[in-house]
Amino acid sequence: MSTMRNLTFDAIIIGGGGSGLRAALELAKSGKKTAVLSKVFPTRSHTVSAQGGITCAIASADPNDDWRWHMYDTVKGGDYIADQDAAEYLCSEGPKAVFELEHMGLPFSRFDNGRIYQRPFGGQSKDFGKGGQAARTCAAADRTGHALLHTLYQNNLKNNTVFLDEWYAIDLVKNANGDVVGCIALCIETGEIVHVKSKATVLATGGAGRIYASTTNALINTGDGIGMALRAGFPMQDMEMWQFHPTGIYGAGTLVTEGCRGEGGYLINKDGERFMERYAPNAKDLAGRDVVARSMVMEVLEGRGCGENGDHVMLKLDHLGEEVLMKRLPGIVELSKTFAHVDPVKEPIPVTPTCHYMMGGIPTNVHGQAITQDGDGNDRIVNGLFACGEAACVSVHGANRLGGNSLLDLVVFGRAAGIYIDQALSEGIDYLDASASDIERATSRLARWNESSGGESVPELKAELQNTMQNAFGVFRQEDNMQEGVKKLAELRERIGQAHLGDKSDVFNTARVEALELDNLLEVAEATAIAALDRKESRGAHSRYDYPDRDDVNWLKHSLFHPGDKTVTKRDVNFTPKTVDTFEPKVRTY
Amino acid sequence: MSNLQVSVYRYNPETDSAPYMQEFQVDTQGRDLMVLNVLTMIKDQDSSLAFRRSCREGVCGSDGMNMNGTNGLACITPLSDVAKDNKLVLRPLPGLPVMRDLVVDMGLFYKQYERMQPYLQNDTTAPAIERLQSPEERDKLDGLYECILCACCSTSCPSFWWNPDKFVGPAGLLQAYRFLADSRDNATQARLAELEDPFSLFRCRGIMNCVAVCPKGLNPTRAIGKIREMLLSNAT
Amino acid sequence: MVTNITNLGRSGLSDWLIQRVSAVVLALYALFVVAYLLFHPNLDYATWSGLFAQTWMRIFSLLAFISMAAHAWVGLWTVSTDYLKHTGVRFGFQAVVILAIFVFLVWGVQVLWGA
Repeated sequence: MSTMRNLTFDAIIIGGGGSGLRAALELAKSGKKTAVLSKVFPTRSHTVSAQGGITCAIASADPNDDWRWHMYDTVKGGDYIADQDAAEYLCSEGPKAVFELEHMGLPFSRFDNGRIYQRPFGGQSKDFGKGGQAARTCAAADRTGHALLHTLYQNNLKNNTVFLDEWYAIDLVKNANGDVVGCIALCIETGEIVHVKSKATVLATGGAGRIYASTTNALINTGDGIGMALRAGFPMQDMEMWQFHPTGIYGAGTLVTEGCRGEGGYLINKDGERFMERYAPNAKDLAGRDVVARSMVMEVLEGRGCGENGDHVMLKLDHLGEEVLMKRLPGIVELSKTFAHVDPVKEPIPVTPTCHYMMGGIPTNVHGQAITQDGDGNDRIVNGLFACGEAACVSVHGANRLGGNSLLDLVVFGRAAGIYIDQALSEGIDYLDASASDIERATSRLARWNESSGGESVPELKAELQNTMQNAFGVFRQEDNMQEGVKKLAELRERIGQAHLGDKSDVFNTARVEALELDNLLEVAEATAIAALDRKESRGAHSRYDYPDRDDVNWLKHSLFHPGDKTVTKRDVNFTPKTVDTFEPKVRTY
Repeated sequence: MSNLQVSVYRYNPETDSAPYMQEFQVDTQGRDLMVLNVLTMIKDQDSSLAFRRSCREGVCGSDGMNMNGTNGLACITPLSDVAKDNKLVLRPLPGLPVMRDLVVDMGLFYKQYERMQPYLQNDTTAPAIERLQSPEERDKLDGLYECILCACCSTSCPSFWWNPDKFVGPAGLLQAYRFLADSRDNATQARLAELEDPFSLFRCRGIMNCVAVCPKGLNPTRAIGKIREMLLSNAT
Repeated sequence: MVTNITNLGRSGLSDWLIQRVSAVVLALYALFVVAYLLFHPNLDYATWSGLFAQTWMRIFSLLAFISMAAHAWVGLWTVSTDYLKHTGVRFGFQAVVILAIFVFLVWGVQVLWGA
């Protein structure tokens, strides 16, 4: 370790998905010395899997569309703990960010008039919920994430962004002042450990769906940024809020876009009944995702599930006709054939609610600056640390994200972080250097794995962790189950701390990367579990049998998990948007 | 019960002087697993096996490899499609340097992609909203923009094996045409000029290996033919 | 842009075009000769040399020879750049090919137009 090489950048962006690439693009364009450090080649990031689209009031499908309507839907969808200043920024800046993507070359589908195609998605309305279903999700067939990620990567090539592809960030380097001054990273190809110094460190590491046994997420979604931030002592916000997507393919977990229902598909139970008409008489299958997922579970619990075990429902698309399916949902046809052995042109697809998205994350302001709390519970900016995308909790999604809002979140807040950092760098920032002990702290867990000489194997422990989360922190939750889960995680922490890395070689050692990822999965799982146990109400994606109602008196708040003493405190939700009136909490029905 | 015999290409430059094939037995319990599942089961036995993977649903392009002689994505290739007599032979993508086991150095492949300037070029001022494009114009991009850069095509192409530094290869050429075909791009002449020499495009001999292996069902040979037509009409 | 100095037109497009046009010429010539032979089952020397004494046949034949030379050069140049990775070996091979093609072409002209 004594001969560790230093790399110095103005800004290091950890993660090469949508938000990281959007932030990098902003900085590369202005000539800042920026690098994107990504554990996979950027176009392999999970953004590539996004299907249905990017929700934004660009007034194409409806020339009278208004970003305020989108903001209303977002706040309501988030069950009123989305920060309204952030939702305002998201929805009002959105069109600019989407048009930029189009100018960069994103191959959006089109309407006959040449404008961007928009489809209906869940939770969308006109006129603040009074004007019926809106069609606000801009799409490139059902491959919007792929088109978006490739477009951003291509434009970073155009602007000569530096890429550290297949590098893995191990931990943040935090100095005595509490500033983040870089990270320790592993070059996967060679095994070299490098100290990356930077004035701004952006965590754009995406989600962590792999804490659950069944997830739509890529295998790489292990919450590396969340793990790093927690180990550095920074708090996490709303970690109990995990979205279960209604339509994961039964058995395989792969995602089937909400766009299927947007195009006219619907869910049926074993009697062939369109059951969402009972649960959400107005929006039906296009209610919020949390509502639809819960309804599906209710159908199964009440004995109306499909299949041998009666444990899933069906998504019916065949009535849309082959032409629409091949034109608007070609990827879904392909995926169902591969993973469900079903041709949706002829038969319905077996689906089940599947872990999909982490609403919580690193608390930030709209500029992507990470926020922590001082001893008195006041917000304080963390110097040098930024977050954007799924890893961040701005919070625009509150307790439940609307479909199509994640891609918008990526580009709007990736861009915002880039703009802010660019400006800050131009004005000049200097932080204290890191000491040898600061650096040693950031390499300690790597050293632990490298020195391990025996113990349990990584895949087994990972499977146990995932099953624990699946069983105790799924769609419905209750106290005793969660208590059990928290206890189990504490035990797993002990065992993971003693686990064994069998392969100690240097060149492309994926076993080492998976071991390091397990540490992060554990951090995310624990934050989730403790925050979930703490929130004694049902709100958005967090549904408890023992506290079935929303409790605005006590819980119209963000939760804040503190890793040091593993406690949860509350943080105020922002109710003061700048240009519109506050959306007061109402009973949430669809 | 149903033991699958898997033969895997192994090479770790730190310890092996030459690559070798290692045999594994995998109990599939009669299930029609994807090849990626089989690899994961092998990795549970022997953690030192290196391969790339990410989305596990055929859209990220990480796990391109050679399975019983044919390139494809491990995550969307079921055993029933490739295994013969319960035997599976897994090798890295051919024609690229091997870093370790099934992981190849994709550097040359990416370099050819970058050489095609794979980004929209339009020097007119952008409007305040999006640039308009008719559905018919947009339809021309179907079958082009869906490429996932898995390199299955280029590494099954003999012309790319012989001249990976000069012949762009099917993946890069598909992207070249993706921008040539985009009504919003106006760098057509510069793009064509880049492809006129005897190697970059004309080394394609039209054997269509690329079409046969593309996991997304794309047709680079057709795109190459279209570029050739454009070059011809430009020059005559 | 990939540059090269040893191919014919220094352009892939012209090589490609030459290859196709020359192939058509060679195909037509071959068809003609085969058809001629079929229609003259008892061909003797006088008829055969009479055919080649006509100017149009000489022009047609010369066109075929030149096409053959161009076709062979483009094809063998391509083969050499595919398989011969050592510059000296490749250049030597190309020199031999050029010389052979030149000799055959001159010899062909002599046979056709000579005495």
